[in-house]
Amino acid sequence: MTQPTSGGDVRLDRISKTYGSFTAVHPLDLHVPAGSFFALLGASGCGKTTTLRMIAGLEEPTTGTVRLAGEDITALPPYKRPVNTVFQSYALFPHLDIFENVAFGLRRRGVKSLKKQVEEMLELVQLGDFARRKPQQLSGGQQQRVAVARALINHPRVLLLDEPLGALDLKLRRQMQLELKRIQTEVGITFIHVTHDQEEAMTMADTVAVMNGGRVEQRGAPAELYENPGTTFVANFLGTSNLIEAEITDKSGGDLVLSAAGGKLAMPAERCSAPVRTGGKLLVGVRPEKITLAHAEDAGTVPEGRNRITGRIVDSSFIGVSTQYLITTPDCPEITVYEQNIERDARLVPGAEVVLHWNPAHTFGLDAAQDIDAGTELDEEAA
Amino acid sequence: MTALTRWIRRNLVVIAGIGTLAYLILPNVVVLVFSFNKPNGRFNYAWQRFSTDAWTDPCGVADLCGSLSLSLKIAIWATIGATVLGTMISFALARYRFRARPAVNSLIFLPMAMPEVVMAASLATLFLNMGVDFGFWTILIAHIMFCLSFVVTAVKARVMSMDPRLEQAAQDLYASPAQTFLRVTLPIAAPGIAAGALLSFALSFDDFIITNFNAGSTVTFPMFVWGSAQRGTPVQINVIGTAMFAVAVLCVLVGQLAGARRKRS
Repeated sequence: MTQPTSGGDVRLDRISKTYGSFTAVHPLDLHVPAGSFFALLGASGCGKTTTLRMIAGLEEPTTGTVRLAGEDITALPPYKRPVNTVFQSYALFPHLDIFENVAFGLRRRGVKSLKKQVEEMLELVQLGDFARRKPQQLSGGQQQRVAVARALINHPRVLLLDEPLGALDLKLRRQMQLELKRIQTEVGITFIHVTHDQEEAMTMADTVAVMNGGRVEQRGAPAELYENPGTTFVANFLGTSNLIEAEITDKSGGDLVLSAAGGKLAMPAERCSAPVRTGGKLLVGVRPEKITLAHAEDAGTVPEGRNRITGRIVDSSFIGVSTQYLITTPDCPEITVYEQNIERDARLVPGAEVVLHWNPAHTFGLDAAQDIDAGTELDEEAA
Repeated sequence: MTALTRWIRRNLVVIAGIGTLAYLILPNVVVLVFSFNKPNGRFNYAWQRFSTDAWTDPCGVADLCGSLSLSLKIAIWATIGATVLGTMISFALARYRFRARPAVNSLIFLPMAMPEVVMAASLATLFLNMGVDFGFWTILIAHIMFCLSFVVTAVKARVMSMDPRLEQAAQDLYASPAQTFLRVTLPIAAPGIAAGALLSFALSFDDFIITNFNAGSTVTFPMFVWGSAQRGTPVQINVIGTAMFAVAVLCVLVGQLAGARRKRS
């Protein structure tokens, strides 16, 4: 435990947590490979922090086991686990200076010559000149770096991060995201990062597990989750999705033919996570940036083989790199479209009739039995 | 004339401050001055001539130093007892939810709110009915009881405002429960505990009413002063009073200095 060790893998088997009649975490299996940067993403109250705290040993699981590098650590108290946590509020000791805060873990394990180690660690997080200050004399970003240093100096097998950037402003958060990613690559420790910020999860993590209502909805690489969401919650929570109700009319080769929005749509069968059955219902999804807009007068220029829907622009907002359009169509809910600001068509203003078209390969299919709005109104869910 | 009023107006705050200080300190100055008096009769109320007799022989009056050391002993034990018990009660009230919690929460403040003489009389009745001999132990029990509420008030506020994640962080950083308490919880709660202990000592040392009811034939320092005031006031009382005042001022100064140094570093 005292030698620098590389990361260990974490394996959760059927782990769950209930408080009285409330189930915070449903039995879940999760494997975090050694040395990876793993993100647990979800709205507040979805059980992600509870899961993290069970790995740290601060919460006792109701059922299931926690394994670290193959060893069952479920029964170990937190102070015997080779795991360290960066808390959301940093939880720096207010009565100790920065040096002693960082040295705390080493002192508890009886490490004698720790001065050099602590100084090196403070240099790593660029706080060498602050060693004798008290935590309350530091800014939020500096405190956050102390919290990271205080955990990393112990060379834990796994570093747990509980919304560590939540209290920072946007610019500082971006900077710290890159910084944490750099440190993780450098030290090779397994990072498990809990966040409700989908952008943060996608920028930093190699693997993201999306949690909702105490369950893992889907896990995978950020790009895979984004391009191929398996549930409506993931589709709406990670970025924005347009979901359209459709019916399967035919299956030809690897493609599904669907009737939706008063027309025909096509999509690859392997991108459909729902059971495929002719006549069955489906939710068809497409990301706003995959859609191209053409004015109704240019409808003839839309290439063959692309999915197309006609509609009318009700709103457009210019946000610099792109323009966001809101489009109503006769047969389906409003569709959001992001157009890059490269060659702007002056005719695309609210009220204009347009044709929306996209590559069928960018379409994904979801089980129609789900709530189409899951994951959209997160502020209400969080409350 | 106008120059004077202008000067007064400009220095009003200072004048008011000096006036208030004088009001507070004057009685102590009188006590100090009269500790160097050599009165003619038994009463030390009129200035006669300067003498250091009382200072060179502070125990010259029968029973004075005996009562003083008894008062100090009781104050020290009451402070220790009330601080230890009060700290534990504070942690229980701040950290745990149990059935009697609301009741304990309000009952603990009863000694603070109740008229002292009522509490003194009811305690005496209780001891009498139980057949307990009055003396050192009854005084100590009574003092610990009324000091408790002050300790709980001071410590609970401190514990309540403490982030529970600090202790979790300590455990996460390899501190066992005992180490967590010693290295994190106790140091953070220390200012509250110290405040409670100081209050306890001061309250216990100069308590008269409750002590008088529960002392039997034992005589503490406040009781001694009260008793001798009926027959005459020895100068030594002023000596002890002045010494106590000096010690108290010294304690405050040390505390201020320590606080200033902590803030600076």
